Amino acid sequence: MTAEKPLTKDIPADGQALDLTGYERTGGYRGLRKALGNMTPQQVQEEVKNSGLRGRGGAGFPTGVKWSFTPMGTDAPRPKYVIANADEMEPGTFKDRYLMEGNPHQLVDGLILAGYANQADVAYIFIRGEYKVSQERLARAIAEAYSAGYLGKNILNSGYGLEMYLHVSAGRYMCGEETGLLNALEGKRANPRAKPPYPQVSGLWGKPTIVNNVETLANLPHIVEHGAAWFQGLSRTKDSGTKLYGASGKVKRPGLWELPMGTPLREIFEEYAGGMRDGLRFRGVLPGGASTDFLVEQHLDVPMDFTEVAKVGSRLGTGTMIVLDDHTCPVGMTANLIHFFAQESCGWCTPCWSGLNWADHILRAMEDGQGKPGDLEKLEFQTKFWGTGHTFCALAPGAAEPLQSALKYFREDFERHIREERCSFRK
Amino acid sequence: MGTIYIDGKPYQADPRQNLLHACLSLGFDLPYFCWHAALGSVGACRQCAVKEFKDEKDTQGKIVMACMTPAKEETRISIHDPEAVAFRAAIVEGMMLNHPHDCPVCDVGGECHLQDMTVMTGHDYRRTRFEKRTFRNQYLGPFVYHEMNRCIQCYRCVRFYREYAGGDDLNVFGIKNAVYFGRSEDGVLENEFAGNLVEICPTGVFTDATLRHHYTRKWDMEMAPSICVHCSAGCNISVGGRYGSLRRVLTRFNSAVNGYFLCDRGRFGYEFVNSELRIRAARLNGKPISADEAGRKLKSLVSSKAIGIGSPRASLEANFALRRLVGKDRFFAGVAEDESRLITAMVEILQTGPARSPSLHDIELSDAVLILGEDVTNSAPRMALSLRQSVLQQPLAIADKLHIPSWMDSAVRDVVQDAKGPLFIAAAGATRLDDVATGTYRAAPEDVARLGFAVAHEIDSNAPEVSDLPAEIAELARIVAGALKSAKRPLVISGFSCRSESVIQSAANVAKALCDAGRPAALSLIAPECNSVGLALMEARPLSEACELAHSGHAEIGTLIVLENDLYRRMPATQAHTLLESAEHLVVLDHLANQTTAKAELLLPAGTFAESDGTMVSSEGRAQRFFSVFAQEGDVRESWRWLGDPAWSTLDDALAAMAEALPQMAPAVAAAPSSKFRMAGAKIPRESHRYSGLTSIRANISVAEPKPPDDPDSALAYSMEGSPNQPPGALQPFFWSPGWNSIQAVNKFQSEVGGPLRGGDPGVRLFEPKQGGTYFTEVPAPFARREGEWLIVPIEHIFGSEELSLQAPAVASLAPGPYLAVNAADTASLQVGAPTGEVEIELGGTKCRLPLKVLPGLPAGIAGIPAGLTPADGAVFPAWSRILRVS
Repeated sequence: MTAEKPLTKDIPADGQALDLTGYERTGGYRGLRKALGNMTPQQVQEEVKNSGLRGRGGAGFPTGVKWSFTPMGTDAPRPKYVIANADEMEPGTFKDRYLMEGNPHQLVDGLILAGYANQADVAYIFIRGEYKVSQERLARAIAEAYSAGYLGKNILNSGYGLEMYLHVSAGRYMCGEETGLLNALEGKRANPRAKPPYPQVSGLWGKPTIVNNVETLANLPHIVEHGAAWFQGLSRTKDSGTKLYGASGKVKRPGLWELPMGTPLREIFEEYAGGMRDGLRFRGVLPGGASTDFLVEQHLDVPMDFTEVAKVGSRLGTGTMIVLDDHTCPVGMTANLIHFFAQESCGWCTPCWSGLNWADHILRAMEDGQGKPGDLEKLEFQTKFWGTGHTFCALAPGAAEPLQSALKYFREDFERHIREERCSFRK
Repeated sequence: MGTIYIDGKPYQADPRQNLLHACLSLGFDLPYFCWHAALGSVGACRQCAVKEFKDEKDTQGKIVMACMTPAKEETRISIHDPEAVAFRAAIVEGMMLNHPHDCPVCDVGGECHLQDMTVMTGHDYRRTRFEKRTFRNQYLGPFVYHEMNRCIQCYRCVRFYREYAGGDDLNVFGIKNAVYFGRSEDGVLENEFAGNLVEICPTGVFTDATLRHHYTRKWDMEMAPSICVHCSAGCNISVGGRYGSLRRVLTRFNSAVNGYFLCDRGRFGYEFVNSELRIRAARLNGKPISADEAGRKLKSLVSSKAIGIGSPRASLEANFALRRLVGKDRFFAGVAEDESRLITAMVEILQTGPARSPSLHDIELSDAVLILGEDVTNSAPRMALSLRQSVLQQPLAIADKLHIPSWMDSAVRDVVQDAKGPLFIAAAGATRLDDVATGTYRAAPEDVARLGFAVAHEIDSNAPEVSDLPAEIAELARIVAGALKSAKRPLVISGFSCRSESVIQSAANVAKALCDAGRPAALSLIAPECNSVGLALMEARPLSEACELAHSGHAEIGTLIVLENDLYRRMPATQAHTLLESAEHLVVLDHLANQTTAKAELLLPAGTFAESDGTMVSSEGRAQRFFSVFAQEGDVRESWRWLGDPAWSTLDDALAAMAEALPQMAPAVAAAPSSKFRMAGAKIPRESHRYSGLTSIRANISVAEPKPPDDPDSALAYSMEGSPNQPPGALQPFFWSPGWNSIQAVNKFQSEVGGPLRGGDPGVRLFEPKQGGTYFTEVPAPFARREGEWLIVPIEHIFGSEELSLQAPAVASLAPGPYLAVNAADTASLQVGAPTGEVEIELGGTKCRLPLKVLPGLPAGIAGIPAGLTPADGAVFPAWSRILRVS
């Protein structure tokens, strides 16, 4: 059976974007027409809830449930907002970029549907600053959508209206956290906000706001068009739909593939990424971006979905794996990641700004041959210190994941760095 | 109240509060940094972590931040749980990674919240071996000194400065472990409440720059409970001194008055006490004489037809002592007639009217405000900080609807966003609260009053109507009336600044109209000086009558006694001159040399607030007592002691005599416990228990310690010995508690955190509202511009307009120079090259040359001059003058 690839099948192979005509030819905006013509917002919400779609930004929160908290009806505060989180800054992750560059209308379409389902008045696409091509193509797609009557007042004579803006991020990892994103959009520091209140109730400028990931939104036109049952049938496991999986590192064919949700890690790694380059051995993998725990050989058969990956001690995250080989220093890799997170800490809560910086210092010292006995205990302590519930947001607990698992699976490498006072991977 | 369980034991807690509030209120030592009772919770520092358990059976529990967790009924937490204990120690360790550990040379060493919390959590060993991050510090002006390396990133400074105090030039820059709190470039902090950073900062990033000039540790100071003398708000202060010089002022928490905060004039104005201008010895015709000689001389002079002029900046006791000495018919108010008339009117309105005079705390809780004729930030600065909180009262309903408790500060602000008000300000020019105002109206005093009258009429048609009101002003009146009428706790503010009885009357009408409409309105009338209201209650004769006596010839005034008053600030120089010259003998009591003291035949050195005990009455009508910080040196004495009945041996005697002679003042006696008050048989020490090391300072001379100076007037002792227990609030010299060396120790003295001091907040209100009252009916005619003449109005300046603080170098450095301001169009019509051009005005016979300044927002035909900062000070305002170009 050839698996369906609703999100990517129409993306031109030549690297160009599908324009409005092209998108419409592939069935684009058909879901929107259906929703506006035959479905109430509640019905769209219901369909999405039934589809079992879970957020593709990394946390996997059910989209329909998220929407169900939006105040609806005439006395709901106005304006309401829907926002596409296109601030893809997770190291090793490049799935949203592919979707936006290849099929920008699919995102616009999905965002309008999210807008309709939540009766939003204004939509923003909050996009990473470095994504220049995506920005150009999305700007064009939004303009095309306006001229075709998919945006603006009274969309397709339905009575529903939505204004859409593209907002280019000034660039911080924290902008990808949904409440940090809201602050950034408001022109404030991209610090996370206290929850509750959740953005659905009080988000942008204090108004009801839905923030969804690009890939999540891209699924909506297909779910609305084909129905919840179809969407559930796409996957191999309980978590429904397809998923964009990626692989980077020293694999034979780094890349990105849309596969049924729940495709085993081994299959993605071996069949699609082609396994390790010749002469290299697999040592471990971060299954879903930099802020997930390392998995090793014994975990390769895990189905890649939100539920199953969690069972083996990691997270599906963004579904884009970073593979570690036996010629790359796991300490160096971890140090690199922790350095990234330490640099990107917003500076709000102490465990994060202080702890990450300390861990960063220790790891860099180890790499420079200046590790000291006791450093590993300090690092272990740190990973708990910034654990879940201890910090204000998920940045530091996410950063703890690769570090705690590296200490578990590659402990000997760390110990050797201290013992030999050097990194043995360096010549 | 509900039951919560802390480490297995049940306690009562307010479920509307958070767990940190509950724990601290219950007396637990739970460390914290980013939380502040006045600023609420944001969950940044993670220091107040505790373990929370789901129910009785839950043994695992999870770490939660006490400040971010509601103290709901049946909540079960552990403070002593090993994981929570270890986590809290780790937080401090994390903060200390970059802290310079420079406590021995840090100005807050020994009274540092970070030190206290470090000790409290048990963190004692720095496990990191890496270099610390360092910053460049900034020049932030004469009040606040910056040392960013000490920063632990708690964000309190910017939250206070920006969100609470409305400043925008202090900000947070950068990310990760290198967040920088400062300005975009070096420069004087612009906010009038910047000095609070000194107390808000849990460590030594922001320290008192004036204290640096004469540095003293907290434990080396003698401290006393006192009342700020730099405006009429009556803020409670804790004053520290050493070796006879005053070293600093800190907030003395009073939940009804200033809470945790002061304005910068109040905090830094104290340096006048150390001024070169201090009068420290008695002089007769310019020659020093002994105190005894001075006393005898005074006695001999009083016998010959003496009259006395009191002072709004002297205590009740001092004024009363003078009144008793010269006789009540020969006691004159030491303020110009118009001022005395206005303040008497204000007091009468508050004594007989239906509107309550609000405390600053009441003002903070007001949910709709109308200000008529005051730039509050410059006339009663601390009140402006309360008003900045009041504009959040209505928007808080938005958060309440979403079940966000008001203490959840960041969440509340995210929800509320920019919603504010309602706050309406009508004044002659722009005011410093315009940025949070719902509407502003800039007009001459007459027109401000007309708006007020119109608002009152809108609320209650029985109130007099204003005829010929322009349509847009009528509309504004309707909007204001609507906002006030639909509020739960409406507030009207007016006062002396406009020098207009009509404005004050219009404010009284609005308040009465609201009261009659069933809205319990508050009416705050701002008096100009710290004891203006107290003086107004003294039944003094108008100063003009003293001048009349002077004009009638020498025979009428044998001896003129001027109490703590520079008459050249009260009347035109020529009049002051005539009055002072008219007396055969001139006796002046004061603490700073001025034009009046220069003319004295007998000059008596009066104690400042730092060397005296006494009582003052704030604009609220709150009588509050201040106590001397150190024993007087040399011949300095309290004015009431110089002038008082020789039979009075203590302040209590003076107060008792006052209560007898002026029954309406009797309640003021209870403003603080008497000198006989003892706790467990002991007095209350002005020095801390840590003062001990200093007692050996003269051991090289004699190992016998000298007897501390006696203080017969109060229950306080000039000593480290005395009761260690919490005294009544009025006698609390400083806040200090075991393990709590910083100002944060105040938690330990409150009935609940942020609430009143245990035993009640100090101060006695002298007037309460009465039912009924009548409307004022004299609606003034609209302001009419005069051809070729300008209405000159004084413009209040927080730094400069007040007499005493102007002698504090730091405050004086921020005072504007003299100027005459008009709006841009009027400047053009004057054809003077602003800003360099000079003009001349003539007020009360005094010609005065001033640089011309453009002040946008001033109505046409109105010119402003800075109050207290020009030679025209003594004139009666508002006054008409031509403005002449100076070539």
